[in-house]
Amino acid sequence: MDFTNQNLAVLFEFGGTTIYLTQTLLATWIVMGVLIVFAIVVRIKLSKFKAIPTGFQNVVEIMVEAMDHFTINTMGESYRHYGAFFFGMFAFIISANYSGMLGLRPPTADLATTGSLAITIFLITHATGIKRMKLGYLKGFVQPNVIFLPINLIGEVSNLLSLCFRLFGNMLGGVIILGLAYQMFPFLLGFVLPSVLHAYFDVFAGMLQAFIFTVLSMTFIVQKGSKK
Amino acid sequence: MDPKAFILGCSAIAAGLASLSGLGSGLGQGIAAGKAAEAVGRQPEAKGDITSTMLIGCALAETCSIYGLIIALILLLNNPLIGLL
Repeated sequence: MDFTNQNLAVLFEFGGTTIYLTQTLLATWIVMGVLIVFAIVVRIKLSKFKAIPTGFQNVVEIMVEAMDHFTINTMGESYRHYGAFFFGMFAFIISANYSGMLGLRPPTADLATTGSLAITIFLITHATGIKRMKLGYLKGFVQPNVIFLPINLIGEVSNLLSLCFRLFGNMLGGVIILGLAYQMFPFLLGFVLPSVLHAYFDVFAGMLQAFIFTVLSMTFIVQKGSKK
Repeated sequence: MDPKAFILGCSAIAAGLASLSGLGSGLGQGIAAGKAAEAVGRQPEAKGDITSTMLIGCALAETCSIYGLIIALILLLNNPLIGLL
């Protein structure tokens, strides 16, 4: 069986190269569509804002308040506005991980998606450090001694790589084990037994890895931005 | 001996050796769970906090065995050494 990203159709060609529609691209568009539709529904249903929330508004306010409290607990009061960005990123990662239960190949099982998320966090980390500490930020690389400069640089790169590979490896492992399970079980048992594997690899590991990605990104940003 | 068969055979052995990295994560997560059980025994009211802290620690300790799994998967599914023949 082939567990790599399959090409489904040709999108367009220019020069000598062709751009294909791959399984990852299709799954990413579907996840994006679901999240955008949810956001538009929230905007339309909550255009009349009640002071004491009931029903749907209550649920949305619970989610936003939970993220707000969590951001303040993890990062401190001065980073409160970062909670909005991390809520969007957490929603994308958890929707992408759960799309494996709907028959799609999860987009986070592709190194491109997790790599781009990790690169985004990398750029935000260093931009926060430069903005908050100006030029004292570069001094952090030669603490405690100039000899430590290559070790600190390798530490930066290893943070980025570990974020990226942790999510990729967990999701790809789930894809492979479930693919083998559906192939090995006889047809009627395939409706019953793989649900246990889905419960662990998709539901539990998907939620845990999305949460770990968010918590680690917050910790990296706080470490870089604080004065020692 | 056929060079391609030799490379594929050695890749299979290497994939098996790379999976031995699971030993480290099994040991580390077992120790973490043991300490968590001890802490719950000492203070049963804090069970929720202890459980979530233990899960975060286990997911972080899992990372290094995932690196080994990725190397084994690359060698088995998309072997880059064949193209260098």
